[in-house]
Amino acid sequence: MTGQKLAQRNYYGKALAELAGKRSDVVVLDADLAGSTKTSDFQKVCPERFVEVGIAEQNMIGIAAGLAASGKTAFASTFGVFATGRCWEQIRLAVAYPKLNVKVVATHCGISVGEDGASHQALEDISVMRSLPNMTVIAPADAYEAYAATMAIADYNGPVYMRMGRAEFPTITPEGKEFVIGKATVLREGTDVTLIGCGQMVSFCLDAAEKLEAEGISAEVVNMSTIKPLDSQAVIDSVSKTGCCVTAEEHSIIGGLGSAVAECLCESVCAPLERVGTKDTFGESGKPADLMVKYGLTADDIVAAAKKSISRKA
Amino acid sequence: MAELSVAELENIANKLRLHVVEMTYAANSGHPGGSLSAADLMAVLYFRVMRHDPSNPQWEDRDRFVLSKGHVAPVLYAALAESGYFPVEDLLTLRKIGSKLQGHPVRGKVPGVEMSTGSLGQGLSMACGIALAGKMDGKDYTTYCLLGDGELQSGQNWEAAMFARQYSLNNLIAFVDRNHLQITGNTEGAVGLEPLPEKWKAFGWNVIMVKGHSIRQIIEAIEKAKNATRPTVIIMDTVKGKGVSFMENNAGFHGKACNAEEFEKAVAELKAVIQ
Repeated sequence: MTGQKLAQRNYYGKALAELAGKRSDVVVLDADLAGSTKTSDFQKVCPERFVEVGIAEQNMIGIAAGLAASGKTAFASTFGVFATGRCWEQIRLAVAYPKLNVKVVATHCGISVGEDGASHQALEDISVMRSLPNMTVIAPADAYEAYAATMAIADYNGPVYMRMGRAEFPTITPEGKEFVIGKATVLREGTDVTLIGCGQMVSFCLDAAEKLEAEGISAEVVNMSTIKPLDSQAVIDSVSKTGCCVTAEEHSIIGGLGSAVAECLCESVCAPLERVGTKDTFGESGKPADLMVKYGLTADDIVAAAKKSISRKA
Repeated sequence: MAELSVAELENIANKLRLHVVEMTYAANSGHPGGSLSAADLMAVLYFRVMRHDPSNPQWEDRDRFVLSKGHVAPVLYAALAESGYFPVEDLLTLRKIGSKLQGHPVRGKVPGVEMSTGSLGQGLSMACGIALAGKMDGKDYTTYCLLGDGELQSGQNWEAAMFARQYSLNNLIAFVDRNHLQITGNTEGAVGLEPLPEKWKAFGWNVIMVKGHSIRQIIEAIEKAKNATRPTVIIMDTVKGKGVSFMENNAGFHGKACNAEEFEKAVAELKAVIQ
């Protein structure tokens, strides 16, 4: 079902390095983490348009806004907690409000950051970015999609937040497929329950669908890689057919994909929804796989949520 | 067009002050105190020093101005209107619903406003980005940024100060409107800024001290700054509320407009000095 495991950030770096040659307007900023976010791949081929700002994320956003106001397409990268938390109000005022062409691209999102612990595990980033007017929010499902999404947001004129993980995730989308902002993809068709995921949870949704099939339950799997603007029609179409839904995200169930889908369903299709995500809690240090189990972010958790959602159908 | 004289610029500064008083009175809100202290600088920038074209606000080679102390939007709007970016009559729509003249400046809403500001401590970072773009593109424009003194309590300014030095942004000139007052009173009684020039020097900046209501000193300082190899900060010793007797050195007029009686008095004082 799934392909080899690859790190999204490596494909982000690869995309940036290609953009360096193709787009003279692209500039990349980082806050002392280029080796980890892989913006170093851009720096290697285009040092003159790479901007090291030091450990100063608020300043980074202001500089990115100034560059964008001068005609640049600015990518500003660091870890998710710092990219969205430390400088949320800078993003609000300097980027979102004037609709400037700044792409805040974060790596190390979610609990699978692992050993660094809760201080470094962004579990609220989708929530705080999604609430900003003018902001597009993207969480690619795998490395190939991270590459395609990087190319797509470079072509889009406006503020974007894109989140990626640290670890290697199974690849589940075809390499070379064009990314369309705001368009969900049905990866597997089904009739009993809709599983909507983002990030690496999409691959777990596919695993869950296999397990459910073995028990005679037909699950539809939707890759919701753009969380804002949400592809509401895709949600409505699928849930109208299946009659119930599960969302899965490596993020708090407050304010993220689960909330976005809940907002959509409560105004359209009246159907049960179960949300798989962290339950209003911080993470902790540990091996990524162990943390995913402890915090309820596995295929088995999605299977259980699917059964519960089905049982709640009227 | 012939270069305006110091006397002519002083007159323009006072016209800007009159606009500020009228605008904030019409809005029954706004920030007159810090607008009045910055009026002389705004006259120098928009009517003598800056390379700009009000009929072409997006001109690639224009000098840029970032108002980090965004709450003094009234004096920026007044300078833009008097320059010809939009009709002077529009000034009285300040802070009214539907107006382009928001309480704090918004990029894209008002021709001539380069960046959205108003949350303090962010403008110098934005100005660094604009100046850096100029360096990358081989442009010779200058980026100016006006900072309040109180806002220097915000750490992001010092992040930006370090960055500007690191990237040798000598095409960036910052001004500090050192009027010594913030909402709660004297800056030194809140969280002190002194020794302020030494702080900037320690951050690697070229520092010039001027009397902030001396048009001649401001012009000379900018000329020196343009030949510097490092970013320059011009610290302007100013009087909050300058030009209206009862507003001078009065923190009470930081964020409050005149009442009817005060308005009459302020207008009379300013009209008496405008040619």
